Formats: sequence, structure tokens, C-alpha cells
Amino acid sequence: MTAFWSLSVATFKGFFRDKQSVFFAIVFPLMFLVLFGGVLDFETSRLELVEVGDVALVEELPPPAQDAFEEAFEVTSTDDLDEALTQVAEGDVDAAIEMRGDTFVAHYSQADQVKAAMTQGTLRAFVDAANVAASGEPPRFAFRAERVEDESLDAIQFVTPGLLGWAIAMSAAFGAAATLQGWRESKLLRRLRLSPASTGQIVAARIGVAVIIALVQMAIFVGLATVAFGMQLTGYWWMAVPLIVAGTLSFMALGLLAGALAKSAEGAVNLANFFVLPMAFLSGSFFPLDGAPEWLRTISLAMPLRHLNDAMSDVMVRGLGPSATVLTFVILLGFAVVVTAVAARLFRWDAD
Amino acid sequence: MSAAIEVHGLTKTYGDLTAVDDITFSVGQGEFFGILGPNGAGKTTTLEMIEGLRQPDAGRVRLLGENPWPRNASLLPRIGVQLQASSFFERLTAREQIRTFAALYGVPAVRADAWLGRVGLEDKAGTRTEKLSGGQKQRLAIASALVHDPEVVFLDEPTAALDPQARRNLWDLLGTLNESGRTVVLTTHYMDEAEALCDRVAIVDHGRLLELDTPSALVRGLDADVRIYVDAALLDVDEAAAIPQVSAAERDGDSTVVRTKAPSVVLAALAERQVLEGLQVKAATLEDVFLTRTGREYRA
Ligand SMILES: Nc1ncnc2c1ncn2[C@@H]1O[C@H](COP(=O)(O)OP(=O)(O)O)[C@@H](O)[C@H]1O
Ligand SMILES: [Mg+2]
Repeated sequence: MTAFWSLSVATFKGFFRDKQSVFFAIVFPLMFLVLFGGVLDFETSRLELVEVGDVALVEELPPPAQDAFEEAFEVTSTDDLDEALTQVAEGDVDAAIEMRGDTFVAHYSQADQVKAAMTQGTLRAFVDAANVAASGEPPRFAFRAERVEDESLDAIQFVTPGLLGWAIAMSAAFGAAATLQGWRESKLLRRLRLSPASTGQIVAARIGVAVIIALVQMAIFVGLATVAFGMQLTGYWWMAVPLIVAGTLSFMALGLLAGALAKSAEGAVNLANFFVLPMAFLSGSFFPLDGAPEWLRTISLAMPLRHLNDAMSDVMVRGLGPSATVLTFVILLGFAVVVTAVAARLFRWDAD
Repeated sequence: MSAAIEVHGLTKTYGDLTAVDDITFSVGQGEFFGILGPNGAGKTTTLEMIEGLRQPDAGRVRLLGENPWPRNASLLPRIGVQLQASSFFERLTAREQIRTFAALYGVPAVRADAWLGRVGLEDKAGTRTEKLSGGQKQRLAIASALVHDPEVVFLDEPTAALDPQARRNLWDLLGTLNESGRTVVLTTHYMDEAEALCDRVAIVDHGRLLELDTPSALVRGLDADVRIYVDAALLDVDEAAAIPQVSAAERDGDSTVVRTKAPSVVLAALAERQVLEGLQVKAATLEDVFLTRTGREYRA
């Protein structure tokens, strides 16, 4: 066996025998995927209405429209208008509806503008449908709504690339930090330096293992998201593979920096966490950045994970092609080179 | 026979501290060479400069005729190193560890496995290194240092932190390492270990080389007294002091300690008095060498 191969095998076994590493690299992020993609998605997809008294309009809808209404809204009832308005104001429900004579009144809050627009628009459609039904004439024009994104509003489409990016960042950075610091403490680093294996072979073996771990993460994430949660991949999804390789290099560089700065293996992993967790928040791994203030979004552009997340979404769910990712590669690889150079300058052979 | 290692004026400083101070010695091929000194004496630093892990601030190192610094790739397959007991890959079994080290040197797995047998670890081949005892880890580290059959092997305190029994057991293995003409350099802070294993011993303290010779020559050169311990109930200090050739006598617990440079004469006199019951004779040791040279008791 060559030095490269045997070092790769040794590192690989070391990783997969470490239950804690495997948990944090795979199981822990998957829990978030299930939570965001599976459970939360369910609850947020329907608009919630509270019906005050009897709302004749809903009852007079033609049967197909009534089915559609029930599908679109989750309806609760009350007789107390004030209570209903409080619920709207506090965001417990999206709107309260009542009849004032022949006028259908919807109370909504502008706090969530998107929801407000959706509620208004949808209710207006039902009012129109009720009017047509009341006129006794058959409708002249049929209407069917079709989403441009083709079901892609499902949360799973958007959380999968972001959570995958976070998982990859975590295991690549922690792995590099822990290896560097652990091998330094045990003097294995010096021991290897006194073997004929070249630095290139040692580094390549470690990178190879990190890339394989990242691709295993991708396979598990994408597999679970498509099979269990109905995620739909678009044409160039496989471009995520080279993106992940480039991202892994960036995050390993961060881990090396943490390992070079820290004084103990534990400290190295904590420092890597200190880099990765805020980066994951700022890069939209947990929730989209659309609502974030402009300055925060500008800061996030300094994070390699932000670029990886965006590019992975582009190719995996937004249907964009390889040309959309060129700049991402430049940024990720550039980040890896610069940060590795800094880590190399700070590098010490000894733990003390 | 040419020297395996030549060190001249070797010096290393860390800030104000001179960790290694102008050390000069050479080690012959096939020799079992010991570097003996208390903790912090500069043993590891000396070893690491010879191995090529550290750059000397002054002085010259020749290892197998070559300069080990900076990293000298042609030397590396010819030397073996054991740096410390825990220099292993995480979560690998003993067999996986030694096979990995073997592969770094292009040595086939069967030869690695044979080394496990030689150091008595075949039962533990499937055990993760984290679960091995201190002595077993040291055996594995030594086997890993020797797996490519190097000409010179460096062992840095291989018996440190072992209990006395495990230490003695390891001596049996260590004693065989230079059988095939291999040069062995061992550091230790145990006097008895240096005496038992080494052909020659360099005694270092505060970075300086105090003495360098065979253990027996060092002790002989001391011209120190032999101490004879006699039951105090049989012989008191005054009686002892009156025996010819006795240089001093003193009380130590239940014993009267008789010091002499002519033990055979004194022993004959003691036999005449029929006080040999429970008698003990202690020759000078390297500890006495250290005491004489530094004025301090040797404390590891
Ligand atoms: N990297 C270092 N930086 C600063 N001081 C060091 C370093 N390495 C060793 N020393 C100091 O040099 C002296 C000799 O250390 P060392 O060679 O490890 O001694 P030994 O191996 O005999 O116990 C000690 O006082 C130690 O504290
Ligand atoms: Mg030492």
C-alpha cells in the first residue's frame, strides 16, 4: 500500500469509528432537515382563518370551491370579534373573517406582508367565485392558478442545500482542526515528518477523506430529502459535487486556522465552532436571508458558506446551469488559498 | 568502525533558557547509547536535533554521515523514532497502526505483523491503541519505530510512566534491539536502566554534558566507597570504625554502614567476627556519579 492510500484509510477509519464525529457530521444536521423540511413545512403551508359567527359566503360557495377553500385555509370559529382580532394582531392566525350584512369583511395584519397579500388575494378569489355562483350564470372564464416554481415553494427545496452546506462546513472544519491539533499533541505530526511520506501525500490524504465525508453527507441528505420529503432536483444538480469539493477546501482551511490558533484539541474544535455557527446563520443555512437587513447581507458575502449555499440552491432546485457557479468556484478556492496561507504562517509544531 | 552519530558543540536556547549547552559526543555503529538526566535536562531537545526535527542554534550534527537538518529525505528510511507513547492514529487497532506506519516506508503488511509478534503483542493485534496498557503502547511504539528495520533507532524515555514490573519487562525487549548491529540511542531518567542497558552513558544536567563513559568506568572513576550494611545489633559504629581499611562508619536505621575501598579485606574481618547475618554490600552507582558531579541527590 502506498503512503497516501494507507494514510487515507487510517484517517477514514478514525473518523467513522468516532461516534461523536459521525453524529455531528450526519445525524445532527439531518435532525434539522427533518424538523425544517418535514415537520415545519406541514404547519406553515396552510393559511389560518378564524371565522366570526356564521359566514354565509363560505357556506354558499359551490361544492368544488368549498373543497378548495378547506384546502387553502385552516378554519376555526368564534363568536367574539374582539378575541378574533387579538388573535390576528398577535399573529396566531392569518386573518379573521365576518359578514356585515352582505359585506364580507376580512381582518388581517400587515406584519407579515407576504401572508397578508396571499390571504387577501385568495379570499378575493373566493368572493368572486361566490358572486358568480349567486348570479346563477355559469362562469364564462375558468381560472386555475399554477405556480411558476413548480411546487418549489415547499420548504424542503430551500432548506436542503443550506443545511447540507452547514453540515459540510461543520465536519470539514472540525475535522481539520481536530486532526491538526490532535496530531500535534500526540507528536504524530512530527512522527510523520520523520517518515518518508511527503507533506503533499499527508495533506492530500486528509483532504481526500474530508471530500469523501462531504459527498457521503450529500448522498444522505439529498437521498432523504428526495425520497422522504419529496424534494425535486433540477437538471444540473450534480454540479453540487464539484461545488462541495471546493467548499470542503474552504472549510478545511478555516479548520486549519482554528487548529493553528488553538492550544488544545478541544479548543480547536470550539474555535472551529465559533467560526462555523455564526457563518451558518449569516449564510442562510437555517432561514432565508431575504428578510435580513442590507448590511447583514453584505457581511454574509464574506462567508464561503453563503456562496456555496446560493450556488447549491441554484443548481439543485432553481434549475440554473454550471455557468451560474463559476464565480462561486473562484471565491471558494480563493478563500481556501488565502486562509490556508494564514494558517501556515501561524502553524507551530508543538502544542505548548 | 565509523561513527553512526557525531555531535559537536550542539546548542539550543529558548529565550533565556539554554536547553542544550555545547554538547559534544559521538556514537559508534551498533552501540547502545544512553542519555541520562533528570526531567528538563535537555535530553529530548538533544535527540530532536539529531533526528532533524529541530534546528540547532549552534553546533553540528552528522547522522550516518549526513546533515539531518533541514528534513533530509535520504536519511529518513534509515532511522527509526519513538517520540512518545501516544504518537498513534486515533481509534486504530494495534495491527492497523503498525501496518499504517509500515506502509509509510513501503514495508509489506506481513513484516509489520511479524513485528507485533516480536514485541509480544499478537494477542492485542485487534485491540484499539486507546485500550492498551502503558507498557503495551510503548511496545507498539517501539515496533512502529523498527518496522522498516532502520540502522539507527531513537527511543525517548520508552519506560517513563511504567510501573517497575512493566519497566523490567520492557528491558528484555530493549536489550535485543542492537543485536543485529543496529545503533540504539535511548534517553532515560532511570539510573538503573542506563546501567542495565547501555554500552555507554552520557549524563546530562541543565543542558550540559557532565560525564560520558561506560557505566562501569563511570562508577570506577568515582573512586567511591563500597558500602557494607551490617546488623547494628551485631556491630556498633565504634567497633566498625576500628576495623582496618574502613574509611568511615555510620548508623543508618537498624544497620551500621561501613564504608571502604577494600571490601574484600573488610568482609574478611567481618566474617571473623561472625557478623555476616543479613549483611548487604552496595557498590557505587551512577547515582553516586551524579551526586559527586553536581553535589545534588539524583531526583528524576
Ligand atoms: N519548545 C520549547 N520552548 C521553550 N522551552 C522548551 C521547549 N522545549 C523544551 N524546553 C525547555 O528546555 C529544557 C529541556 O527540555 P527537554 O529537552 O524536553 O528535557 P528532557 O527531555 O531532558 O526532560 C526544559 O527546561 C524545557 O522546559
Ligand atoms: Mg524528554
